[in-house]
Amino acid sequence: MDQIAPTTVPITDAERDELRRHGILLTGLEELYNWGRSRSVWPLNFGLACCAIEMIAASMAKFDIARFGSEVFRPSPRQADLLIVSGTVTKKMAPQVVRLWNQMPEPKFCIAMGACAISGGPFKQGYNVLKGIDRFIPVDIYIPGCPPRPEALLHGLVQLQEKMRGQTISGPDAPRHLRADLDCDCPIPEFGEHDLEPPQNDILFQPPASPVRTPKA
Amino acid sequence: METPEQIRDRLLARFPGAQVTVVVNGSPSAQHSLLVDAAHGREMAGFLRDDPVLKLDQCSNVTGVDWPEKEVVETRKTTVPDPAGGTPKIIEEKSKRIEPGCLEVVYHLFSVALRHGPVVLRMRTGNRTDAVTLPSLTPVWRSCEFQEREVFDLFGVKFDGHPDLRRILMWDAFKDHPMRKDYVEPDDYEWEPTPHGDVLAKAKKHFPAPAAPAAAPTPPTATA
Repeated sequence: MDQIAPTTVPITDAERDELRRHGILLTGLEELYNWGRSRSVWPLNFGLACCAIEMIAASMAKFDIARFGSEVFRPSPRQADLLIVSGTVTKKMAPQVVRLWNQMPEPKFCIAMGACAISGGPFKQGYNVLKGIDRFIPVDIYIPGCPPRPEALLHGLVQLQEKMRGQTISGPDAPRHLRADLDCDCPIPEFGEHDLEPPQNDILFQPPASPVRTPKA
Repeated sequence: METPEQIRDRLLARFPGAQVTVVVNGSPSAQHSLLVDAAHGREMAGFLRDDPVLKLDQCSNVTGVDWPEKEVVETRKTTVPDPAGGTPKIIEEKSKRIEPGCLEVVYHLFSVALRHGPVVLRMRTGNRTDAVTLPSLTPVWRSCEFQEREVFDLFGVKFDGHPDLRRILMWDAFKDHPMRKDYVEPDDYEWEPTPHGDVLAKAKKHFPAPAAPAAAPTPPTATA
């Protein structure tokens, strides 16, 4: 891996386009690798609440997620690249969602779709709703909305593809699955007597610092 | 359909020794209900289902009510005549008493055969801690099964004679009853931009206001 040149290609984009016009494709391994996987993101066939209906609509003919290479919804986490957390995550469901995430092979990505998956949404003050799936799973893309339109999901997917194309496959900026020093598994919370234990993964989630403004002098 | 008073009278005639009272609903809906004692609850429910005049063959809804202990202040006025012959004095005596709390289960009964209803049936437990057992009406109306499990889960009423009394919404290891008035939810407060009400109280606890600046710098005087 160390022999691979860094991302900078020693010719300009204009020169490369000129070569492409003559039938010569010049590319790097990293670019080819990222191009390939960003154009075939296979989501997990999994929905939690009403956002899942919008996700289904996005996969159907009218919005057609196949235009972006993600029409292959996999029924098994072992074959999926993308976890779309579409809907309210109750505390009773949260361990199962984390377990699904752990069962997915790397490289994997997570989209938190809708207000509930981001923060608990309208159920934020409830006793039984997890206040955002990012308390247990590293989230790559947040899509706000209640529920988001299918176009918003497609936009989120395109943003995720952008993120994938920007990733390097070696060096200190490489994603976690290419690095030996990072653990990819998320600990699964247990059902406690009053709440999930632990209530959040402290490595992934830190509550925001005090947002209280100092009183004006 | 018969009025709740008529149903009460027929129940009392059929089950001597039972206690049935009509709980008046003062709202415009005037949907009065029958409060029955737990000991005769199931027989009376069976009677309401099989009675040819009522034929309440469907239980559409089961829910719970938590009545916490409350302190009642009673004022008693006594008139003391003035020995001098003046106006009599009125002395007010205030006495406090604790009204014990209980858990209540409410059943809404309809008749599909005769197309009438609802008849609202209520049962109350002895208290909120240890005497929380009520007879299950699942043997009478099968539709009560899941909803009684829900009342068991969220209020903590134990149903005697229920075929499968387990928690239905929360997990089995969960200890609390979230719909009770004194339930304390786990503190997983997260910052909100516009807190108000209870959320504001939580916000103040988590993010106490910083101390006021010790010496406010004098603002530079603007000279135009």
